[in-house]
Amino acid sequence: MITLRLALRNVLGAGIRTWLNVISLSLAFVAIIFLQGLYNGMSRQVETASMAAQYAGGHYWQANYDPYDPLTLEDAHAALPAALNGQISRKRAVPILVRPATIYPNGRFQNVLLKGIPPNQSVLTIPTHAISTDEAAIPALIGQRMARSAGLKKGDYVTARWRDAGGTFDADEILIVEVMQTDVSGIDNGQMWIPLEKLRSMTAMPGEATLVVLEKGSTFKEPVAGWTHRDLEFLLKDLRALFLSKSIGGSIFYIVLLLLAMLAIFNTQVLAVFRRRKEMGTLMALGMTRGNVIGMFTLEGATYALLAAAAAAVYGLPLLLYMAANGFGLPEATDNFGLAIGNRIFPTYSAGLVLGTTLLVLLVTTVVSYLPTRKIAKLKPTDALRGNLT
Amino acid sequence: MIDKENHMIKTMDVGKVYPMGPTTLVALDEVNLEFHRGEFAGLIGPSGSGKTTLLNILGSLDTPSSGSAVVLGRRIETLSHKQASKLRNRHIGFIFQTFNLLPVYTVFENVEFPLLLQDMAASQRRKWVMDALEWVGLADRAASKPAELSGGQSQRVAIARAVVKKPELVLADEPTANLDAENSHHIMRTMVQLNAELKTSFIFATHDEKVMQYLKREITLNDGRVARDRIIRGDNP
Repeated sequence: MITLRLALRNVLGAGIRTWLNVISLSLAFVAIIFLQGLYNGMSRQVETASMAAQYAGGHYWQANYDPYDPLTLEDAHAALPAALNGQISRKRAVPILVRPATIYPNGRFQNVLLKGIPPNQSVLTIPTHAISTDEAAIPALIGQRMARSAGLKKGDYVTARWRDAGGTFDADEILIVEVMQTDVSGIDNGQMWIPLEKLRSMTAMPGEATLVVLEKGSTFKEPVAGWTHRDLEFLLKDLRALFLSKSIGGSIFYIVLLLLAMLAIFNTQVLAVFRRRKEMGTLMALGMTRGNVIGMFTLEGATYALLAAAAAAVYGLPLLLYMAANGFGLPEATDNFGLAIGNRIFPTYSAGLVLGTTLLVLLVTTVVSYLPTRKIAKLKPTDALRGNLT
Repeated sequence: MIDKENHMIKTMDVGKVYPMGPTTLVALDEVNLEFHRGEFAGLIGPSGSGKTTLLNILGSLDTPSSGSAVVLGRRIETLSHKQASKLRNRHIGFIFQTFNLLPVYTVFENVEFPLLLQDMAASQRRKWVMDALEWVGLADRAASKPAELSGGQSQRVAIARAVVKKPELVLADEPTANLDAENSHHIMRTMVQLNAELKTSFIFATHDEKVMQYLKREITLNDGRVARDRIIRGDNP
C-alpha cells in the first residue's frame, strides 16, 4: 500500500513527463475502445439489418438449394410440404421461389435471380407491397445496387428470359415498379423481387418454393422431409467469420497504437532507472528493500495506465458516447463493400470491452514498466548512492 | 556474544577488498573497533583511507569481505537484504554529503518517509515529523520542496530525516562537504544538541576540520587500517 502511495506521489510529482505519457496512453485507450466499438457496432448493424430483411427467424431450404452454387438453382424447387404450409398460412413464415434468369437492360445481358415472394408478406422488411399491382406486365422490385448495375430505374421495362419447369425458355417484359433503398446487399445485388404466384405461373411451378423464411423469433424447427432447417447460427456464420477477420485486422492497428504508447512508457522507465540511481540508493538506505524499490518503479509505470484510464474517461467518454448516439458517417463507396452497413455506423461499447481494454492496457503497462526495473534487483545500495548501476 | 546494551558496534578484523581487474584493492584491513551508545565519533583520514567503506558496513549498506561487524546485536555479514533494510529503517539514520533529498516530495514528506516505511499511524507520524523539523529549526518550511531550500537548509532536512525515527545510530558521510563555514557550524551544533538530547550516537566520515572540532572521539584511518583512536573529550561515553 505504501509502495503504491509513494509511486503515485512520484508520478504526480514528475510533472510534464507524466502527463505526456498519460496523454499518449489515454489516446491509445480511446482509440482501442473506439475501433473495437466500431467493429462491434458494424457487426451488430449488419446482423440486425440482415436478419430483418433476409434471415428473420431462420430458413428452411429445399434439399437442392445452395445459394453458393448457381448450378443447383435449376433443381432447387419443390412443392411446399404440409408442415411448412401450416406455418405460412398462419403468417409465421413466407415462401420464396428462386429462379435464375437473364435480363437485357440497355442492350446488354445480365444474369439475375428472380425471387418470387408474396406481396402481402410481413416476415421480412422488404417493401413487397410495391409489387402488389394489377398491371399486366410483371412487376418487379429491385434494390439500388441492382438498379445501378443494370442501369434501371422505376418505370423502366426490361426483357427477361427464363426456363420453366419443363426446361423451356420463355421471355417477357418486366416493369420496375420500385427501387428500394436497402443496406442489405443480400436482397439487392442481381435480384428482382416479383409476386410469388406470378413467378410460379411463369415457371409452371404451382405451389412450389425454394426456401421458406420463418418469422423472427420462430421456434419452429421440426424436421421436414426434403427440406433442411437453417438456423441463424448457420445463416450468420459467414458474416460473423467476416467480422472476426476484420476485427483481427483492426486489432493490428490498435496493437501498433498500444506499442507506441508502451514504447513511451518503456523509455520513461529506462530513463528513470538510469537517472534515479542515487534516489534508489537513498531509498534503500532509508530502509526500502530492493523488492520495494522494484515494486515502486513498476507501480509508477502502472499508475500511468490508471491515470490514462481516468484521462480517457474525462475526454474519451463524452466523445465515445457522442459517436454511439450520432454514428460515424461513411463515404458512398462503402456501399460497394457488400455489407449491410448503411450510411452511418453506430459504435457499441460493452462493459466487457471497456473493462477488458482497461485490464489489458494495465497489464501490458505493468509488464513494460517492470522490465527496465529488473536491473535494480542486482543493484548494490553503495553503488546506487554513488550513482552507479551495478 | 556482544553486549548489546554497552557495545553498540563492534568490528572484529573487518576487511574489505574490491576486485580491480587482475588485482584487488584493499579498502579495509583488519579493522577492530568498538562504539558505545551516545558516542559522537569521527572516522577521519585522507581520501581512499576507507572511511566511507567502513561507514557503509556499519550502516549495513555493504558487507565485509572478511571479519565480522556486529551492529546493535546483528552480524552485518549474515543479514539478508530484508533484515539489513529493516535494521536501517528502524535503527540507523543516514546523512549524505549531497543531502539526497527526494526532489518530488516536500520537506515534510521527505522527513516523513522513514516513518511511512514503519507503518506508523498518521497522527503520530505528523507529530514526530514536526518535532524533528523543530529540532533542526525548519518547521516553517515543511511545505517547501527541496529545490526551494539552500544547501544548509537541505542538510538540516536530511538531519531531521535521519533522526525523526529516533534511531540509536546516525551515520554521516561528509555532511559538511557541500556547505559553507557558517552552515557547517550550524549543522554540527544541531547534531551535537541532538546527540545530547536524544542520546543518539553519531559517527562521521570526514576530513573537514570544522567537523573535527566537534568530535568527542577521533579514529584515524590510513590505507584501510586504524592508525589512531583517541578520545578528545572526556564526556564521550
